[in-house]
Amino acid sequence: MKIPDLTELALRNLRESLLRNSLTTIGISVGVASLVAMLSLGIGLQQLASRRLVKSGLFDTVFVTSRRDLRNYDRDDQRNGPAPGESRILDEPSRQEIEHLPNVLEAYPDIRFITELRYEDKPHLTMVSALPDSARSNDAFEGMRGSFFSSDVAPEVILQKAFAEELLGKTPKPGADDVNVSELAKPLLGKELTMRYAQRQAAPSAPGAGADMSGPDKSALSGAAYSVVSREQKLKIVGISDLDPESLRGPMRAKVFLPLKLGESLHVMQPTDLRELSRAASDQPVYSSISVRVKNPKQVQPVEDAIKKMGFTTFSILDASRGLAQFFAVLYAFLGIFGSLALAVASIGIVNTLVMAILERRREIGIMKAIGASDGDVKKLFFAEAGAMGILGGIVGVALGWAIGQVISLGTNIYLKRQSLPPEHFWVVPWWLVAFAVLFAFGVSLISGLYPASRAARLDPVQALRYE
Amino acid sequence: MTIAARRPPRNGDIAIRTEDLRRHYRMGETVIRAVDGISLQVRAGEFVALLGSSGSGKSSVLNLIAGLDRPTSGNVTVQDRDLARLSREELAKYRLHVVGMVFQSFNLIASMTLAENVELPLRFAEVDRSKRESLAREALDRVGLQARMNHRPSELSGGEQQRAALARALINRPQLLLADEPTGNLDSHTGTEIMDLVREFNQQLGMTVVMVTHERALAEHYAERMIFLADGKLVGDQPNPIASQQAVQS
Repeated sequence: MKIPDLTELALRNLRESLLRNSLTTIGISVGVASLVAMLSLGIGLQQLASRRLVKSGLFDTVFVTSRRDLRNYDRDDQRNGPAPGESRILDEPSRQEIEHLPNVLEAYPDIRFITELRYEDKPHLTMVSALPDSARSNDAFEGMRGSFFSSDVAPEVILQKAFAEELLGKTPKPGADDVNVSELAKPLLGKELTMRYAQRQAAPSAPGAGADMSGPDKSALSGAAYSVVSREQKLKIVGISDLDPESLRGPMRAKVFLPLKLGESLHVMQPTDLRELSRAASDQPVYSSISVRVKNPKQVQPVEDAIKKMGFTTFSILDASRGLAQFFAVLYAFLGIFGSLALAVASIGIVNTLVMAILERRREIGIMKAIGASDGDVKKLFFAEAGAMGILGGIVGVALGWAIGQVISLGTNIYLKRQSLPPEHFWVVPWWLVAFAVLFAFGVSLISGLYPASRAARLDPVQALRYE
Repeated sequence: MTIAARRPPRNGDIAIRTEDLRRHYRMGETVIRAVDGISLQVRAGEFVALLGSSGSGKSSVLNLIAGLDRPTSGNVTVQDRDLARLSREELAKYRLHVVGMVFQSFNLIASMTLAENVELPLRFAEVDRSKRESLAREALDRVGLQARMNHRPSELSGGEQQRAALARALINRPQLLLADEPTGNLDSHTGTEIMDLVREFNQQLGMTVVMVTHERALAEHYAERMIFLADGKLVGDQPNPIASQQAVQS
């Protein structure tokens, strides 16, 4: 029998026992809906986690240090390279070379130093870090009050909430998360801080540009290539971040943030300067480390390899990302198994319905065989009925699963809103899941139809025709 | 050789031959000898009635000739095919292309219209839809039911249902028409109408007819030859000159 005829006969037969077949199809729909709901949740959570991680800037960033940094020498991948003393310096030409590698978005030096900030004439010693303009899209600043730096050279500053509390004389309670950033922002935004820092200068030449020279009290530290002078810089508070400084965020592990170009122009004396002192011949800065942002996390490995070839040490959190992928694979498997359980129960419903149909249509099968239907025709007809129930159940199930997802998503977002948390999009039904769910339901239905179909095909026509 | 490729039989050729045909059933310790050593021959184009009381084995013989059942021993050869040697698939093709069957209880599928019932064998033969519809209309027209082709069997009288069953048996142009008590559920007037149609198929289309009946008068009126069965054995085989004469006249 041809496929269109089979389909037509199968649908006709399904219509004949409408209630029973509808109930069986609903059973399949519920099974598919549960599968779709579970997997959509898994996919949504994975995408949410990926989005969060990409936004955190950790998974698309490679941290580069010089091999001269002896802290790295014990690492296995460094042992085959040149000796630390012979390897390259991480200076501006190296940074530019790295920035021009394929798939690299930007490479910026990590400028971090401990210095004194004065607010209302009170000194506060803290860690200051410089951030590139691209950091404005980082999730670290999602809960920030105020605004990001107006430009890359603006004399502006963003404070971490704990430091803001310190400036206001409040004592942070250990373990307390409920610091209201808005309350901290009100008295601080627009106010001015004075940063006192040690500037590195080439001894014979003029002082570096861009620094606000308020203190002329030069104090030469070295008679060699450099001198170190004490300077002051006025900074306007533009934002208060609710970022936790203890979180692992590379350059963001500081309490005060400056724009990157401003940070560079200040030529603040950094710990590596002393180490590089004996080698550097010019006043070009030497960086302790460089952060390299790549286009997407998949390109981290090739970029890392390319930088290693240049003779530098690299570090990324790619391994953590791999672990995460493994975690989600396990989560998928669990959610898939739980989702499939309902479908397994539904498949028993299909077997039951079709076996009942054989009993009811015994005589009809006998008639068909008497007028020329082969065993194969009868088998295919029952398969077509099972398959039709599977496809219909699959389609309805996907719609049902999607609807369940929307309801749960809505409910959760209402809950998040009540908890003063931003809404999250954690429910995703990709097209491949729709296709997979319908095909899976079809496949399960066909498997369920195997026994009834072969039983119907084996029916003895003489016995079947006697059946009343 | 495939079923479709065979040469159509000419009148007078042996269409059906059974040799020491037996069909025994086991019910617990008892063996029921439904057919017990029947040997007979039916010529192509012949109209034969199998007569006997209930349980004489006439329907069992018909089922064996129809390829619905397999013999316990002995042979059934229809148009040079030994049915016992055919596979299940080949037997299905044989039933589809060579045999047309009508039953006492009509055996139409209740959920289908008359047209759908009649064209069902064509679906199994994978005939195109457009051709199917015209063939079904033609067959129903032949039995006078074209106006009722979209009715369901339950909306028709017994006679009309049996005529539809005849149209279905006719649709694949089989060479053999096997009728199992075709008038058993009909009044005598309607029965006569049906039997007239059967005789028309026999004479105009050259179909070999084997009809099972327990009504001797019916057999005498229509069958050219009467075969009597009792307890699964052949107990009489005689030509019927009255029917033969009527056939010649008509």
